[in-house]
Amino acid sequence: MSGLENKEMKIVGFLCNWCSYGGADTAGVSRFKQPTDLRIIRVPCSGRVNPLFVVKALLNGADGVLVSGCHPRDCHYSDGNFYARRRLEMLKRLLPFLGIDHRRFHYTWVSASEGARWQQVVKDFTEVIHKLGPLNLTREA
Amino acid sequence: MRVGVFICHCGNNIAGTVDVKAVAEAIRKIPGVAYATTYMYTCSEPGQDEIKQAIKDHNLNRIVVAACSPRMHELTFRKTVEKAGLNRYYFEMANIREHISWIGEDKEANTKKAIDVVKMAVAKVMQDRPLYSSSFRINKRVLVIGGGVAGMQAALDCADGGLEVVLVEKSPSIGGMMSRLDKTFPTIDCSICILGPKMVDVAQHDKIKLYAYSEIDEIKGYVGNYQIKIRKKATYVDWTKCTGCGACMEKCPSRNAYDYFNFGVAPTKAINIPFPQAIPKKAKIDPNYCRHFTKGKCGVCAKICPTKAINYEMQDEIVTEEVGAIIVATGYSLLDLEKLPEYGGGRYPDVISGIQYERLLNASGPTAGHILRPSDHIEPKTIVFVSCAGSRDKSIGIPYCSNFCCMYIAKQAILTKDHIPDSQSYVFYMDIRSPGKGYDEFTRRAQEDYGVKYIRGRVSRIYPKGKKMVVKGVDTLLGSQVEIEADLVVLGTAVLSNPDAAHLAEKLHISYDTFGFYVESHPKLRPVETNTSGVFLAGACQGPKDIPASVGQGSAAASKVLALFSKDMLESDPAVAKVDINKCIGCLKCVRTCPFQAIKDKELRDGRIVADVIETVCAGCGVCTSTCPCGAIQLQHFTDNQLLAEVNALCLA
Repeated sequence: MSGLENKEMKIVGFLCNWCSYGGADTAGVSRFKQPTDLRIIRVPCSGRVNPLFVVKALLNGADGVLVSGCHPRDCHYSDGNFYARRRLEMLKRLLPFLGIDHRRFHYTWVSASEGARWQQVVKDFTEVIHKLGPLNLTREA
Repeated sequence: MRVGVFICHCGNNIAGTVDVKAVAEAIRKIPGVAYATTYMYTCSEPGQDEIKQAIKDHNLNRIVVAACSPRMHELTFRKTVEKAGLNRYYFEMANIREHISWIGEDKEANTKKAIDVVKMAVAKVMQDRPLYSSSFRINKRVLVIGGGVAGMQAALDCADGGLEVVLVEKSPSIGGMMSRLDKTFPTIDCSICILGPKMVDVAQHDKIKLYAYSEIDEIKGYVGNYQIKIRKKATYVDWTKCTGCGACMEKCPSRNAYDYFNFGVAPTKAINIPFPQAIPKKAKIDPNYCRHFTKGKCGVCAKICPTKAINYEMQDEIVTEEVGAIIVATGYSLLDLEKLPEYGGGRYPDVISGIQYERLLNASGPTAGHILRPSDHIEPKTIVFVSCAGSRDKSIGIPYCSNFCCMYIAKQAILTKDHIPDSQSYVFYMDIRSPGKGYDEFTRRAQEDYGVKYIRGRVSRIYPKGKKMVVKGVDTLLGSQVEIEADLVVLGTAVLSNPDAAHLAEKLHISYDTFGFYVESHPKLRPVETNTSGVFLAGACQGPKDIPASVGQGSAAASKVLALFSKDMLESDPAVAKVDINKCIGCLKCVRTCPFQAIKDKELRDGRIVADVIETVCAGCGVCTSTCPCGAIQLQHFTDNQLLAEVNALCLA
């Protein structure tokens, strides 16, 4: 993508199988072009995402982590995404204490039909991470 | 560990923007990968045979296929590896099509990304453990939600196939939108004449249990074993006593109740039977208009009723039904005229919607089939039809086509000429959409044989002028302004999802799109399934569709249920949570967070309390796994170690 050509950042995405993974598939089927930095890990539910996964990814070399689930009230498992929201909101506030800019972590909701929205989420988050540059734990702390 | 990796070209879909050979080469270098190759179409029969052969030839014990989305072909390949003798969970898919080749333009970056994603899948497959499903009994009863033509067809087909059916309809009678129609296109068949016998079949079928004027309160359980709470709404008439004689309706002094069946074309009585062919043919009181409820006195119906069926004290009643599968056929609603201010927003009595006009045409409608305009009950001579009233209009959030308005407008224009031979109809249209069998011929007949004037263009404004309605629009073919003084204007209003569609979807755990229509499992190949196993779709709840499409989908949904129930036992998904009793400290946080009450506490022989998963109830979300403070409860196939293996394969590289 133009403007993002220089260097790729390492971005990990945890996507729930039922909504967001489907949304990313829909974006693909619709050929909605996106930056190439993101690598997606499929989980059954955003509620399956242990905040420690995010921390481990960032400490082990990722420059950004994105979590996406079903819209609130639309969870395939009733309320898994409510648990996710509570935990991930807490995590967002905790990251600065680890010396990590909270903008490196983002969580959102994308449904299986929202291919265009998924494209926008990926574009926006990738741009944020590119602006922040590679995560350097000694420098950011 | 001997991992085999198969990278699919998918014709040019993947190979066009990903260097698949380079991916295979890079993957071959990973320790543990014994074999990596590329193939033109891995999902084809020879492609699958190649996997089986490679498992044999190279003694492979774990398989990764890098191709399309696992939502597409994971099951296909799981079956392939199983046929070759491996456990079906020794398999992973890397999505290099939807998530890479189709969305990235730079081949080099795509290839690098594909290598990463396949590496992650390899790391995961190395952590995978064999899982075995157990089987459980299924309850061979089916719930059909919605008694329109789609739901009725589904219920009848299931019942004829020998299944017990529970049919729940929210309004007082089954029949749905089709029972309101006068005629059907393109044959001008009488709608109720073809629907009525079907409604009677539903009522008389000994395998169908009908709950009319009822709604779904709660749905619990999973495919094969659902518990449904149905709310039977209070009708204030004991239906076991009511004979449908109609004496109450005749004598009721409250004449101004809103007529839901006739879409408010004319008022009805506070106690009413919606239409002559109603099934069940029972009376119901509308407490918003009944004098007994609004003023506290009256009671005429109770006095007149020959069977003493009136019960003003009646309350909603909750009943529970147990079923094994659900067919959702909840239909659609129509755009309110209020949303169209340029067309009067519902303020002008002589600007009505298509469905209201349908009731004016109908012999059992409020005008007994005479077209009389609502304001002064005079026969209109100039009638203007406006198609796409709301449809295909991004500015009000309805970008889609409502599918059948072009056709019913042509039908109504033809019927108008039949009713009033000296009338002239005009149709404003954007495009005439008539792709069905015999449909295009039908719209041509309207123009050529019935003299209906079709004007290509949109209507900008409708306003009153004396006793006439002025319709201002444009003829885009002539490039000129058009002004027609009409006696009656009929709007082909947009088809919307039901207002409570999202609410029901949440109870069913199925997805819906931006417009509230339910999302099918695959737009081409799984049009009646949802992503929740055991729940199927029929009719316009999935998107605007006409009668033949709804009936077809109703039958299709029934055949899916019959196929599902052709076995006595279903296999459970073994990817459920599992407790390591040596690690569990018995805090039981998982018991409290589980959305499905699938975890119970269990006392071990030494008196220690631990968590215990009920395998058939666990849906596999993994909320418990992220809750557990000591990693004792692990969602199989998505354990902490398995997911972290993917994270580390990417991050530590």
